[in-house]
Amino acid sequence: MKNSSLESSRKRMAALTYIALILGAIIMVFPFLWMILTSFKTVAESNAVPPVVFPGAFRWENFQEAAASLPFLKLYLNTGLMILFRVICAVAFSSMAGYAFTMLEFRGKKLLFGIVLVQMSLPSQIFIIPQYQMVAKMGLANTIFALVFPGLVSAFGMFFLRQTYMGIPKEIGEAAYLDGCNQWQTFYKVMFPLTGTSVAALTIFTAVFAYSDLMWPLVVNSDLNMMTLSSGLATLRGQFSTNFPILMAGSLLAMLPMVILYLIFQKQFIEGIASTGGK
Amino acid sequence: MIGLIVLNLWPFAQTIYTSFCEHEGFGRYSFIGFQNYIDMFQNAEFWRATWNTILFCILTVPVGLFLSLLVAMLLNAKIKFKGGFRTIFFLPLVCAPAAVTMVWRFIFNGEYGILNQIFGSHIGWITDPRFVMISCAIVAIWSNIGYDAVLLLAGLQNIPKTLYEANSIDGAGPVRQFFTITLPMVSPTLFVVMIMRLMSSVKVYDLIYMMVEETNPAVTSVQSLMYLFYRSSFVAGERGYGSAIVLWTVLLIGLVTVIQFYGQKKWVNYDV
Repeated sequence: MKNSSLESSRKRMAALTYIALILGAIIMVFPFLWMILTSFKTVAESNAVPPVVFPGAFRWENFQEAAASLPFLKLYLNTGLMILFRVICAVAFSSMAGYAFTMLEFRGKKLLFGIVLVQMSLPSQIFIIPQYQMVAKMGLANTIFALVFPGLVSAFGMFFLRQTYMGIPKEIGEAAYLDGCNQWQTFYKVMFPLTGTSVAALTIFTAVFAYSDLMWPLVVNSDLNMMTLSSGLATLRGQFSTNFPILMAGSLLAMLPMVILYLIFQKQFIEGIASTGGK
Repeated sequence: MIGLIVLNLWPFAQTIYTSFCEHEGFGRYSFIGFQNYIDMFQNAEFWRATWNTILFCILTVPVGLFLSLLVAMLLNAKIKFKGGFRTIFFLPLVCAPAAVTMVWRFIFNGEYGILNQIFGSHIGWITDPRFVMISCAIVAIWSNIGYDAVLLLAGLQNIPKTLYEANSIDGAGPVRQFFTITLPMVSPTLFVVMIMRLMSSVKVYDLIYMMVEETNPAVTSVQSLMYLFYRSSFVAGERGYGSAIVLWTVLLIGLVTVIQFYGQKKWVNYDV
């Protein structure tokens, strides 16, 4: 008797859990679903009262129109290049710095690391004005370089990879040294390959945040052809303030590459971002 | 190798150095001392932005953390499709805020937004100064639940199962279990997540910028400090004034962090 009542209460708990999760999932997914549905509607359908849930016909023209009003190919290219260079720089410099901070002894190490920590805890906006002035002085506004510029070095990446290198026993480096590796070879051939998971996490973290970054691209590249997907969308918003189907189509176009990557590599994405956050 | 590091670190250190130079000596072009700060502290818009930022934190952080913890606990139960749910809750994170806010603007639209139609209301969610902050807060919470929940889930999974078993033998119900085991055991993680969320909420910009454009009459009711910073520095071109706003924000973040670290002694449990 008692067992069966326990059993049924456990079942009720499980059912409640599922209901709550499914409700939550619906709330999470609904905006995306609505975005997809709306992107195929006519303006009249999207503005109808009461609402029209399913579009009468799939209007691919909305996507064509969105693609025509923004140079989407260029935006993809700019965003892709920005992410690529930022990731390369973040991984390369952070790995070297992380290695140096843990494995090497040099003067001013503590001071330099202190600077890294301070920089990490300051909001990135504090650097925007000087960075903008530097880019402008170099005459490089409206270039890919300008987009990459604030991502050349990443204080967070240095900190994060330092933590990783601290987890590697020093004996491995010493063994490499005895086998005749110099400092650079030890780093490049022995140590760096050991940090794969962290490097992957940093890559994803850098990519996602570069992709979402809005203020910097808006500030530094005002030429439509040199914008990123994010800042381009901000422009689109101004152009079609109430033409929601086109806005939705444009947003979908901008989101699609990252969402597809996410769905393929979801485990790496979630764990990567979680490990960088759970510092 | 060392040379390389120093070469790489140098421009980085220099960036910091110049950044400090710049906003202290805006200075180099025409030094006006504390004039920017005086202007700032006398400006009603600035105080409004400060209040908006604080209000945004108050609205988003506690509710967001509560919901994230709830989601994390649900995901921690023995359920099927755990990975699927996790993927769904995490989804907003990989979408640029610029893109997701677009659909929220549509959902919240006063005339034909789906929200008003469902509830039969006629609220201008993003044009009415009374509601615009709430709308932005909802979008912010929605965007971040997945991220916070994944972090909290990692904390929950570290709690040894034996604790629960012992506790339920002692006859504790689920509610008591939550307060005697789950909450104290997860409090260190909760603290980290809270600090992170608070810091990023103080810096909120992109979400509000995309939700509420500069021409929207409700903009002053929702404009955060970083929004004001962007407008003064790059739209109005007053960089010195903008720098003063950033420094004020840094001060605010510092203050929040200090309060947190003092407050944590009261509720964060590090004994385990």
